Amino acid sequence: MKFDTIIIGGGLAGLVAGIKLTSEGQKCAIISSGQSALHFFSGSFDLLGYNGTKEIDNPIEAIADLDAKHPYSKMGTATVAALADEVKDFFDKIGIRFNGETTRNHYRISPTGELRKTWLTLDKHFYCNNLENLSLGKTLILNIDGFLDFHPHFLSDGLKRQGVDCHVASVTIDELQRLRTSPTEMRSANIAKVLHKDDSIVRFTEKVAEKAQGFDTVILPSVFGIYDSLMENYLVERLKCNVRLVSTFPPSAPGIRLQMMLKQHFQNLGGVYMLGDMVTNGHLDGDRLMDIHTANHKDIPFEADNFIIATGSFFSHGLQAHHNSICEPIFNLDVTNCGERQQWFDKNVFGPQPYMTFGVVTDNNFHPQIDGRSVENLYAVGSLLESANCLKEASGAGVSILSALNVANNILKR
Amino acid sequence: MDKKVALNISTSNFEQCLKCTICTVYCPVSAVNPDYPGPKQAGPDNERMRLKNADFYDKSLKYCLNCKRCEVACPSNVKIGDIIQAARIKYSTDKPKLRDMILANTDIVGTMASTFAPIVNTMVGLKPVKMIMDRTLAIDHHRTFPKYSSQRFESWFKKQAADQDKFDKHISYFHGCYVNYNYPKLGQDLVKILNAIGYGVHLLEKEKCCGVALISNGLIGQAKRQALLNTESIRKSVKEQGRTVLGTSSTCIFTLRDEYHHLLDIDNEDIKDGIELATRFIFRLIDSEDIKLAFRDDYKARIAYHTPCHMEKLGWAIYSTSLMRMIPGVQLTMLDSQCCGIAGTYGFKKENYEVSQKIGETIFRQIETLQPDFVATDCETCKWQIEMSTSVEVQNPISIIADALDVEKTMKLNKVNL
Repeated sequence: MKFDTIIIGGGLAGLVAGIKLTSEGQKCAIISSGQSALHFFSGSFDLLGYNGTKEIDNPIEAIADLDAKHPYSKMGTATVAALADEVKDFFDKIGIRFNGETTRNHYRISPTGELRKTWLTLDKHFYCNNLENLSLGKTLILNIDGFLDFHPHFLSDGLKRQGVDCHVASVTIDELQRLRTSPTEMRSANIAKVLHKDDSIVRFTEKVAEKAQGFDTVILPSVFGIYDSLMENYLVERLKCNVRLVSTFPPSAPGIRLQMMLKQHFQNLGGVYMLGDMVTNGHLDGDRLMDIHTANHKDIPFEADNFIIATGSFFSHGLQAHHNSICEPIFNLDVTNCGERQQWFDKNVFGPQPYMTFGVVTDNNFHPQIDGRSVENLYAVGSLLESANCLKEASGAGVSILSALNVANNILKR
Repeated sequence: MDKKVALNISTSNFEQCLKCTICTVYCPVSAVNPDYPGPKQAGPDNERMRLKNADFYDKSLKYCLNCKRCEVACPSNVKIGDIIQAARIKYSTDKPKLRDMILANTDIVGTMASTFAPIVNTMVGLKPVKMIMDRTLAIDHHRTFPKYSSQRFESWFKKQAADQDKFDKHISYFHGCYVNYNYPKLGQDLVKILNAIGYGVHLLEKEKCCGVALISNGLIGQAKRQALLNTESIRKSVKEQGRTVLGTSSTCIFTLRDEYHHLLDIDNEDIKDGIELATRFIFRLIDSEDIKLAFRDDYKARIAYHTPCHMEKLGWAIYSTSLMRMIPGVQLTMLDSQCCGIAGTYGFKKENYEVSQKIGETIFRQIETLQPDFVATDCETCKWQIEMSTSVEVQNPISIIADALDVEKTMKLNKVNL
């Protein structure tokens, strides 16, 4: 089976690269071994939020302080800034709206009530530009009865610390109560599916409106729509007060929606998306990758001019940890020289963990290496790359999206 | 390239479950039937408990469709569906009802029904009969039974068998119950295509129903006997005669290849790669430039493809869709890959009817909006469900290719002379 570009990994990085390439006329396939980390989406994309524990206001200016191996350093400040400016439009075209600016970070609220620096936040989701004045007024945090993946009291404590007049209540409708038969299944995705049916959202909105009377702002868990944002729009338009959504514990409904909409868009552009398959090996001819084989397709090879590996970090098994080594399991690409196992960890569990920066070694064009030799038509993108510590520096989505766009542009230029 | 493989303890990989909950998002049952505890809970979570004490087995596991969509979604390659089905086999004490035996014994019922096809077809279509089956057997009266054919595929094939030896290359065909008792034309369509590209078609020495319905209805002993017999016949074809075994039903093929090994503990590793869907076999020959297909100019159709659950698990939809896309007059749309709700015999049962229709709702709506000339799919039970629940006719991709094929030109292109 022949393609122009084959992308291994169907998460944020893989899909962004795939959409960019197919929209420019390339024939692309994405091979993904299961669903992606987008299912844990916070509702915000980070670009660069922290230098150590210090908050960063302008992420573009802060790139100069990063290690030379950091993906942003490899791209250079000018390229990062130019690509980052395209991102809002890129998602807008797919029907996903974000708020935020590239040269000025804002705050999101984490599910545990912490206010964290971030870059772009999904439309209708909670964000604020400065902590001195959250301008929320009298605020109600409203949960759904029996929903355990949203913690209004954590949020309330966090907001009260900023001086917000915060109250907590909960709401429900009969259909949602039925879900509680299996308490473990009372989760965001199922709630979204139930509210998607018939007129559930209409009755749910009425109940919310009753409770919200007398409040300036109502904060709700983000559980409205895994297929599209129609329900979210309905709810916000009907309520008279400000509505702010906050992401829940996994699975993340807006994350699932993002995954589904990106995938659908890629397929509408003619891309082939293959889920639940695993690339087992590839054939090299000199420094070129000729084809790859997968678990489902066995002897039928996938050939392409270019390949992108976007298999993610440890969670997605793009990287695997063994007793005394870290490896990239498909091609055995060169990875960070990570030393003895004792050096992988910081004893302070909340400290900067060295293993978070482990990843695939590449040159400045993101070509990974096998035994020190670059593979000329293979590119690595996303959280598989070494050096970035997406948690500590708040850079996960930025690295994924921008490295993917950068590589896609380079492939198109070839 | 050297590879390092992580060592796991169980074949189902259940130690790898991170409790990430992604599987629950894609379970077609958990959102519409809250009595079902969902794949994570029913699978890896409770497996830990069951390993300690069998009393932790939960009867609601019977609501699992065995669609395997949880496995396709799992980022950690945990065989969630296998864990659930294996637990049902190991711990369930429910005895199959008469109704379950009737639904599961496709060979016996098929033989009887096709012998008296005109009478049976009329009878099971009558409203009073449907009501009686509903009340006495709990087979839901909304269901339309597939029509039985008075001439079985095997009987038709006997007359063709001699001709098939004239070809240079050969394959075996696992036709399955549906082709044999209900719709021999699909088998005839496959013979037409394969003959046109120079392959002779043969039946296995012995073939029984693949047993998927026996497994899901808890008739494990019988399932295993049939599986052993099929596996032996397939081994003979693949190993001794050098004939790949092809099928036209994604579920039969999935069962023969994977479920025999994972659920019935039959070692078939040596022949697994010799069993495949006909569309994959034909695609490979085209991809490697061993054959060419020529299509009629006057074939025109707007087709929507539905990916059956077991096809999604196999990952092979691309072969069927790629072949259909090769037909110049075909305009193909992919429907969202979601379960249609029938899951073999599941949807026929009165207690599951409502859930079954709710699961399929989005697919039915999508089909009605698109209004294609027909829906294409590789599974016969999906066909029954979609034809019953929408106004659109469903065809197997093999039948579509056979209809569009220019036989003479294809034979000439592939230098087939008889």
